[in-house]
Amino acid sequence: MIEIDRVSKAYDTRVVVDDLSLSVPEGAFCVLLGPSGCGKSTILRMINRLAPFDAGVIRVGGEDVREVPPEILRRRIGYAIQATGLFPHWRVEDNIATVPRLLGWPRRRVRDRVEELLQLLRLDPETYRRKYPHQLSGGEQQRVGVARALAADPDLLLMDEPFGALDPVTRLALQGEVLRIQQQTKKTVIFVTHDIEEALRLASVIAIVERGRLAQWGTPLDILENPASAFVAEFVGGEGIGLHLLALRKVADRLRPDETADGEPLPSETSLRDALAAMTRRRTDRLPVVDAAGRPLGAITLGDLVR
Amino acid sequence: MSPGSALPAAAAIARAPAFRLHNRVVPVLFAAGAAALLCGGFVALAPNRLVSGRPIGLFAAADWRISGAIAVLGLAVLATAFAPPGRTLHRAAAFLSSLLVLLTLEAAGQAASSLGAGAPALARISLGAGFWVLLGAAALAIIDALQRAGAGPGERLAVAAALAAAILAIAQAGLLDALSLAREFHTRQHLFAAALVRHIVLVAAAVGPAVLIGLPLALAAVRRPGWQGPLFAVLNLLQTIPSIALFGLLIVPLSALAAAFPGLAALGIGGIGPAPAIIALVLYALLPVVRNSVAGIAGVDPAVVDAARGMGMTRRELLWRVELPLALPLLLAGLRIVMVQAIGLAVVAALIGAGGLGIFVFEGLGQYAADLVLLGALPAILLALAADFLLQSLAALAARR
Repeated sequence: MIEIDRVSKAYDTRVVVDDLSLSVPEGAFCVLLGPSGCGKSTILRMINRLAPFDAGVIRVGGEDVREVPPEILRRRIGYAIQATGLFPHWRVEDNIATVPRLLGWPRRRVRDRVEELLQLLRLDPETYRRKYPHQLSGGEQQRVGVARALAADPDLLLMDEPFGALDPVTRLALQGEVLRIQQQTKKTVIFVTHDIEEALRLASVIAIVERGRLAQWGTPLDILENPASAFVAEFVGGEGIGLHLLALRKVADRLRPDETADGEPLPSETSLRDALAAMTRRRTDRLPVVDAAGRPLGAITLGDLVR
Repeated sequence: MSPGSALPAAAAIARAPAFRLHNRVVPVLFAAGAAALLCGGFVALAPNRLVSGRPIGLFAAADWRISGAIAVLGLAVLATAFAPPGRTLHRAAAFLSSLLVLLTLEAAGQAASSLGAGAPALARISLGAGFWVLLGAAALAIIDALQRAGAGPGERLAVAAALAAAILAIAQAGLLDALSLAREFHTRQHLFAAALVRHIVLVAAAVGPAVLIGLPLALAAVRRPGWQGPLFAVLNLLQTIPSIALFGLLIVPLSALAAAFPGLAALGIGGIGPAPAIIALVLYALLPVVRNSVAGIAGVDPAVVDAARGMGMTRRELLWRVELPLALPLLLAGLRIVMVQAIGLAVVAALIGAGGLGIFVFEGLGQYAADLVLLGALPAILLALAADFLLQSLAALAARR
């Protein structure tokens, strides 16, 4: 559990973080969401003490981060950034092995761990371990960046807009990987982004930051349904909130059991947004629904989507 | 124009490149070499070592077989400029140009021995402008050809070593002995090796401490950018002091030190000798070392430094594992500048009794004997070229990643 308790930071008279409190439960995927320059990256960097703060306390697993030597603290926390920061003079395997080697793991254990992580990030170990970063595509570099952050199996992972520089297709793929890994390993993730779509796709909880203050805190659904202020409503999409809400809900939630319809059926796990897209494309207002095994469950209509 | 007549014209264009000029450098070098041979003296014959000689052209001075071979080789190198480029062609051009270098040396030696045979014992045969221009043109043709062949550091090193070995063999065989330069060498052979070693020791004794002092200074300047202004102001100021003046300025304080502390004098530290020379060379070397180190370390991608700190590297680990390796190409470039500069400046250090190759230069200047000056200057130039070449190769290897 990560507790940020009344933390402030000012440079001269410019307040960057203003009396901010936040507590992220164990195993949560917490997204810090806000416009550029709102202080969300600074908050993230305070947790591993890359950024100093003037007042307040930050505790990781109950321990005040300022009671631990910064290097020791950082070796226990995974860290991935947008520019990847891969070491250009080291091979992929050496990059991933950075923290395990700092921790003095035996050679054999480091080797096995690198192999395991390359496989976890779907990079073929034989193809990739001997390559240098400049020989990789942007998406592959970021996969290595995530693998490096996970190397020493930290309980907490800090990610600072890690996919901001990637093309949409690669970004979507990597979001899927991170979500899969987080659900498999139950790690706590704190993830900074300014992209609301990315936040909704990944987050179990979202903290919206506005000029160094916490504007709202809650599940994605909470925030879309009850924006706490005009700023939050505007930032999470204005009228577009409706489409975001469709994206968060499933066909299963609006199902008409035992009714039938014609056409290619939708799996019940389809989001309402994709159901809307399917109806629009097929020029119909009614589609059948099946379960994961393909057994008929019922039907859904256009009216059900907005009910 | 009818459609029929377009076809032969197109074929002519397609064939044309085979006879086109592909290399503009080689014809310029050829023109320079040819003009120097036709207009200037290849060697100069003087009645004794102190007066300037009378220039004699290559074809008048050397055996016709050697001068003819030089002309044929020159034309062959020129012809490579008109052939379609390719690695094999460029390697062949490098080989022909290397032969030209060796043949030029041999022509000078042969001319000297045949001219010397009919002249009084005191007569001296020196190298003329034609010789130097031809030698320079041939050497540049080698470099140009290696560059076009895409030769890596290893191949360049191999060519340089082979050429050096061949030149040494020519000298060992006594083919150059009749030249005035060689006679100056023979009368001072017992001094030469010691002077060369002393020269190298002076350079090493200056560059080593300059790196040991300069690198920490650079680190401090990178960590505290506010220090950079004053630090570079002082180092720039040192660089502007003329070398002879700095050698002279150091005599007074060092003499005083040696007088006050006899222990220092016993160590060989005094107003003249190697101590002030090494101190001056270190001071001159500091600016390039510090400037390149600062540029190298400050030039490391900030995202890489951020990631390294975020992973939990200590300052020391960050420096040794990330910053220094990534700055290495620039550090080596700085070292290269410093080595070349120190080799040149160490010549002047002979003036304050530090020894080294400069002793021949100053002795030659005093006696108005140009070939004795060359005996000091040529090895210094070759040392500088060798240091430059080696460090450039190292930097290329370091930058490869």
